[in-house]
Amino acid sequence: MAYSIDFSDIWPRLPYLLGGAWLSLQIAFLAFCGGMVIGLFGAMAQAFGGPWVRRPVDAYVSLFTNTPQLVQIYFIFFALPDWGVLLSPYHAVLIGMTLNAGAYLTQIQRAGFASVHRPEIEAAETLGFSKLQSVRYVILPHIMRTLFPPLSNLYILMTLGTSMAAVFGVEELTGRAFNVNSETFRSIEVFSLTAVVYILITFVATFLLAGAGRKLFRARMNVF
Amino acid sequence: MPQLELVDLRASYGDVPVLDRISFSVEKGEIISLIGPSGSGKSTLLRVLVGLLPPSGGTVRVDGEAIDYRNKVDVRKLRSRLAIVFQQYNLFQNMDVLRNVTIAPVKIKGQPQADAEAYAKQLLDRVGLGHKLHAFPDELSGGQQQRVAIARALALRPEIVLLDEVTSALDPELVNEVLDVVRLLAADGMTMFFVSHEMAFVREVSSKVLFMADGHVTESGTPAQIFDSPQQPRTREFVSKILRH
Amino acid sequence: MLQQLFDAAPRFFSYYNILFLLQALVATFLLSLVGCVLGFLLGFVLAVTRRTTGWRMAPLRALVVTYTEAFRRIPFLVTLMLVFFAFQAARLDTSVFVVALCSVCLIATAFIAEIVRSGLDSVHRNQWDAATAMNLSYLQTLRYVVVPQAWKVMLPPAFSFFVLFIKDTALASQIGVIELTFAGKVMANKGFPAALTFGTVLVLYFALSWPLARFGRWMEARLAPARAR
Repeated sequence: MAYSIDFSDIWPRLPYLLGGAWLSLQIAFLAFCGGMVIGLFGAMAQAFGGPWVRRPVDAYVSLFTNTPQLVQIYFIFFALPDWGVLLSPYHAVLIGMTLNAGAYLTQIQRAGFASVHRPEIEAAETLGFSKLQSVRYVILPHIMRTLFPPLSNLYILMTLGTSMAAVFGVEELTGRAFNVNSETFRSIEVFSLTAVVYILITFVATFLLAGAGRKLFRARMNVF
Repeated sequence: MPQLELVDLRASYGDVPVLDRISFSVEKGEIISLIGPSGSGKSTLLRVLVGLLPPSGGTVRVDGEAIDYRNKVDVRKLRSRLAIVFQQYNLFQNMDVLRNVTIAPVKIKGQPQADAEAYAKQLLDRVGLGHKLHAFPDELSGGQQQRVAIARALALRPEIVLLDEVTSALDPELVNEVLDVVRLLAADGMTMFFVSHEMAFVREVSSKVLFMADGHVTESGTPAQIFDSPQQPRTREFVSKILRH
Repeated sequence: MLQQLFDAAPRFFSYYNILFLLQALVATFLLSLVGCVLGFLLGFVLAVTRRTTGWRMAPLRALVVTYTEAFRRIPFLVTLMLVFFAFQAARLDTSVFVVALCSVCLIATAFIAEIVRSGLDSVHRNQWDAATAMNLSYLQTLRYVVVPQAWKVMLPPAFSFFVLFIKDTALASQIGVIELTFAGKVMANKGFPAALTFGTVLVLYFALSWPLARFGRWMEARLAPARAR
């Protein structure tokens, strides 16, 4: 008997799936915020710190950007309990994603620091700006303009990356898709719908971010 | 019969009209130059003729036959008779001089490699670059690149050569070497149609001068007529600014 | 704590285990490599199709755009599941490795099509003008003029993508492909300390990814100066 496509079991479960999408977005957001903080300290350490601070940060960045996020979370979830740290799947995923994001965000923010233009700062100083005013009116806008596209891209990638939380049983979008699949066995239908939801979320997110970038920072980004 | 004839030619970039009812004719061996202020549509006219921009109305006839620019076969046949040299030389960066000149004859016209190379060497000698056959474009000066571009256009044995401000992108010292080559072509009886800002040269070499403004040919005549006694006010304004008496 | 790891290490690093891990490493490498090479070939075709003009090719172009935009926005795990169940529904009896390879290929094609497109766009418009004016066809222009200039711009990002994707192949473990992450799970299930197994797996991924990433940067530095023309 050939497999016939039948969405009738799936539509009623759409709200359930969308609830999972909301959780995906939350996880990505939290991990991004946490990662930004790590990234800020990391970038500052790399830009201004002595070798004793720089080397560990470089090692951290190198390690987390050259290994898969999935295995990082496996380590946190399965290895830490041996050392007394018991984490729920949700927390393990969140911490793993935050550390992973932190490494990439360190790289991005480091590039932002490096992009600061000496001539602009000198011009600001000669015009009478204080150090703090220079930062607020000259340096920060410039950095945000340069950084906005890579930051947005990373955020979108992280939103897609939350899908691996399903491996640990977290009930975000992909996790719920797995649940629906085991209930209805309508695999192709549920995963296609899940794929479409991801596509829509990312399109909307890219669109909103591109708009925000243009309005707030005069940063130009393509949606397509 | 005129070799090239334009009747009411019109073209636009999207909604913006660029060429507005251009009409004139060119006899074999004539050298027509097109002058006028920037943005008057001169380069656009050349691009339309060679099929890089589709016309929105009017007719173009070559040796009496009308060209249908929407018909790919027509356009291909046209391009084998009409060659263009661009302001930015547009040499193929990944090929040396010899290959730049031979690629079209070999790949399009199906000439055997040896024949194409022999003719290419002849042409390159004539433009004074016979010793640079295996140089790459980024090793040549602007003037040298432009001369190669002219040789490349001639390799297709065109009946009409279009020259689009071929000296405008060059440093002043390099302009004359290119104009010398154009003089050679003129002396050979090649039908040419060029757009230029080099007024002294235009005056020396052209058999007819067309003045264009706002997409329209407002005046035409011999060089003496246009430069010494322009009729239209626009032409007069332009000529007086350009020439110093 | 650490004592436990040192105790387990000799048993962990047995001949058979090391061989197993290395085989899994090779599987990971091949999954990304073959998938990305195929992805490059197909992505190239897609990019060339996308750049065509003329209304006859419009439906094909629409298809290409939909494909590239969609498959760059689906998580790899979801693509993997789709391909897995599609193969099942079509009653195709292949190994999970082939399923994973197809998934890698689908995604790589979409991303690399964009990379190729950027590369082709990097060639100045006037090269196209000159070629068209000389009657070179679209494909001839690509072959003789554009691609020889564009490949240096395309190759570094495509290689980068390949190196990046090595990390994504970890998800193939979820359908049972015997790659590095799966090997880690197997070892952990056998009773070895998780820190040792996953730690080793992390080190192996690092050993694979870091040198390749460095090579990619070297390649970019060597090819990039040519872009300064």
